[in-house]
Amino acid sequence: MFEHHATLKKHFSALRTTAEFFSLRYVRESGHYLSVRKNVAAPPHLNHDEGAMLTVRVNGVETYAATHDISLPGLQAALERAEQQARLIKPHALLDLREQRVSSDVADYLSPHLEQAFPSLSDCYQLLGAESAAVPRDERLVNWEVSLGLSHVEQIYLNSAGAELRQAQRFVFPGVNVTAYDGNDSQSRTLGGSNFGQQGGFDVIERFGLVGAAPRIADEALQLLLAPNTPQGPRDLLLMPDQMILQIHESIGHPLELDRILGDERNYAGTSFVKASDFGHLQYGSKLLNVTFDPDIPEQLASYGHDDDGTPASKQFLIREGLLLKPLGGALSQFRAGMSGVANSRASSWNRPPIDRMANLNIEAGDQNLAQLIGGIEHGILMSTNRSWSIDDARNKFQFGCEWGQLIENGELKGVVKNPNYRAISAQFWRKLSAVGDASTFQVLGTPNCGKGEPNQVIRVGHASPACVFSHVDVFGGDA
Amino acid sequence: MNNFKALVEWLKQALTDKEQFHLGYAAESSEFVRFNHAKVRQAGQVQQASLTLKLINDGRHADLGITLGGEPALDRQRLAAGLQQLRETLPLLPHDPYLLLNHNAWQSQNEQARPLPELGQVLEDISQAAHGVDLVGFYAAGPISRGFASSDGAFGWHQANSFNFDFSLFHANGEAVKASYAGNEWNSAEFARRFQQAREQLEFLGRPLHKLAPGEYRAYLAPAALEEIISIITWGGFSAQAIASKSSSLQRLYAGEQSLSTLVTVDEHISGSLSPAFSSEGYPCSDVTLINAGQGAGQLVNSRSAAEYGLSTNGASSDESPSALQMAAGSLAQADILKQLGTGLYISNLWYLNYSDLPAARLTGMTRFATFWVEDGEIKAPVSTMRFDDSVYSLLGSQLEALTAERELLLSASTYSQRNTASNLLPGALVKRLTLTL
Repeated sequence: MFEHHATLKKHFSALRTTAEFFSLRYVRESGHYLSVRKNVAAPPHLNHDEGAMLTVRVNGVETYAATHDISLPGLQAALERAEQQARLIKPHALLDLREQRVSSDVADYLSPHLEQAFPSLSDCYQLLGAESAAVPRDERLVNWEVSLGLSHVEQIYLNSAGAELRQAQRFVFPGVNVTAYDGNDSQSRTLGGSNFGQQGGFDVIERFGLVGAAPRIADEALQLLLAPNTPQGPRDLLLMPDQMILQIHESIGHPLELDRILGDERNYAGTSFVKASDFGHLQYGSKLLNVTFDPDIPEQLASYGHDDDGTPASKQFLIREGLLLKPLGGALSQFRAGMSGVANSRASSWNRPPIDRMANLNIEAGDQNLAQLIGGIEHGILMSTNRSWSIDDARNKFQFGCEWGQLIENGELKGVVKNPNYRAISAQFWRKLSAVGDASTFQVLGTPNCGKGEPNQVIRVGHASPACVFSHVDVFGGDA
Repeated sequence: MNNFKALVEWLKQALTDKEQFHLGYAAESSEFVRFNHAKVRQAGQVQQASLTLKLINDGRHADLGITLGGEPALDRQRLAAGLQQLRETLPLLPHDPYLLLNHNAWQSQNEQARPLPELGQVLEDISQAAHGVDLVGFYAAGPISRGFASSDGAFGWHQANSFNFDFSLFHANGEAVKASYAGNEWNSAEFARRFQQAREQLEFLGRPLHKLAPGEYRAYLAPAALEEIISIITWGGFSAQAIASKSSSLQRLYAGEQSLSTLVTVDEHISGSLSPAFSSEGYPCSDVTLINAGQGAGQLVNSRSAAEYGLSTNGASSDESPSALQMAAGSLAQADILKQLGTGLYISNLWYLNYSDLPAARLTGMTRFATFWVEDGEIKAPVSTMRFDDSVYSLLGSQLEALTAERELLLSASTYSQRNTASNLLPGALVKRLTLTL
């Protein structure tokens, strides 16, 4: 672990520059993606990636140069390119960062169970193969896949103010997907995939419940094929955690990103319906809504000690009892906006610069178990597992679709329905939050696929949530 | 290219008689500048190079991505370590029944080395053009290289210089117009002309917003808006594996149960495009007609699908998505668009599309950037952001009235992991009915 640390430190101390501040962020990532589709193992995809980003501040202008050449001459050349660009940019620069404070922290952060070896490639294939083989023989089951992604990431951050931050993390992404087809319609059920990932080792696969999952997922796909379409009209909506994470992500996470509010993303990811003046004033949701930036749940995907600019991370309430308190803004955005924020300046790898990202963005548990949540609904629908997401560039008007729906009538779960969709407006939706599940409904989930930024970056984000109920939501089905 | 060739030669001599390899190469040196409020918000440079090594032995194979270090001896060392790792991995794997190798020693070479503009010049031009306007945008420029070699002697090389300035101009009321200037030869006068066009559109956005109720409207989808629809269809829509496994949104089209308008003909047309003419799997890419006069035609077939489903590969990528898609032009003249639209929506861009019902090809998405209400052939007012929910079989089928005679070449501005070389050549589409829902 951290085997390049001594060499990098030596190189870093040998770098020559006239910049008032400079930093080096080295990232090494390795791992594999394995899958077995319809009982045939696909060839494994392995990877080894490493490189470094040099950032300089010259007369208050910061620029970066990323390089795959991490020799001393390679790093020195990158540093000089960044310096040269900073001088060229100066007359056109938006920001003067001479007064922005920098980190001098020294710390290490490790994923849980990092010392435990992960099962071998052949053991992993055996596990995936056994689960694939457990899908029952039924001609309507036309496709299924069991997969496992594994990624080890080491990052070393050094800067000219003395910061020395090391992170070693291991991420695990299991998934099962089955598609059923009846000659006209097709329906899929998914466990995990882009809805699940955690830090850790084999314990992640155990918590995920991979073993024995495939027959149940296949059965649910067949149930959907036989199910009627979701009826149209307003209903109380019970969202399970594997849809709540998408709901949180799109209609709380993105609109609270401070760089969006500052306009940086207007050309690509979009802006926000939230204004800087809303913090401390806007009743974002009902009194039941408590949203936290929480880097302290060890297994969650974006738990870490410091962000990629070196700011220490700690749990913060962004929304408490429905009141909007803090944005998702890292040190630079806080400096620009004159607001407090959180440690969420993150980069997808060595070749992309840190920007404001979601990290772990969670909803705190409430006080009702699942039976109580269902029991409190007269005319409603349960939806789980996101399959479709669409929201406007200000993160307000949305339409989301799920794989699985079950009607709820007079406090009881009724039949399965297919193609469950709902649409609403963020600024109103969270005020309809009428019940929040307790710890027994709370799940630590996340996704490896959050896209944003120019140049584009895709990053891992964690979301943990209980099941939640929203009153009177516009629900509808598909065409099939 | 010489560095890549040297690695290929080293690998050839390192193999045993039973082993075979595919070696892919991807490199770029990129200048990235993002703008906010017509100033530089963030700028930097990225130099990266990587290999993808596939080792094949006795029906088993595995792939390994390796980032290169930029120094020949170190790169050889990393390749050697990668080869060793794959040699240790293969015995752990079962035989792959879907391994289909191309033993042809094909050769393909395409190099374009036109000089790129100096960043200082670009910044000056942008700064001048954007005077007094709220510009947000992203400039990406530099050379891109892609290579492929196999132990059977195939060799492909693609290298091109390019720039792409993708930008938006914002009115004080929050409305915006989107534009881009991309290519391989920066011309200050041409850039100024493009920028001025965007400024002129921006003036319309200052008018009071026309509020629309959900309902059905006539609509013109400009090429960039149509591109969003086409792009989501390409998420597996034309993929042989997705069609066979019933996860393609066009499965009913390919089954002959549905059709599109006879105006719709779609081709994957790699020849002459900005994309490499060979796949990462070692096959030269063929041009393929995907939809012919509204009927499902060819599919995108990679070697794995070819083996699994008994098809012929056409050099499709590993995810069987197109990279140089073209839609045939129609007959609607540019000058007649507003007149033929009459009363309805002029939609410049769509945003964040996804499926409401995938097998039914029913889509939802948002308007974004310069959407106008048109009455009797005249632009009246900008329209607030609206959601649509409609089927491809309606929009490009029963409700498609006309396609424009002029097409626009839209170059991808995507930079996930690396700069994308994909492009779409598309007309605009006039539709009789677009369903708005929120």
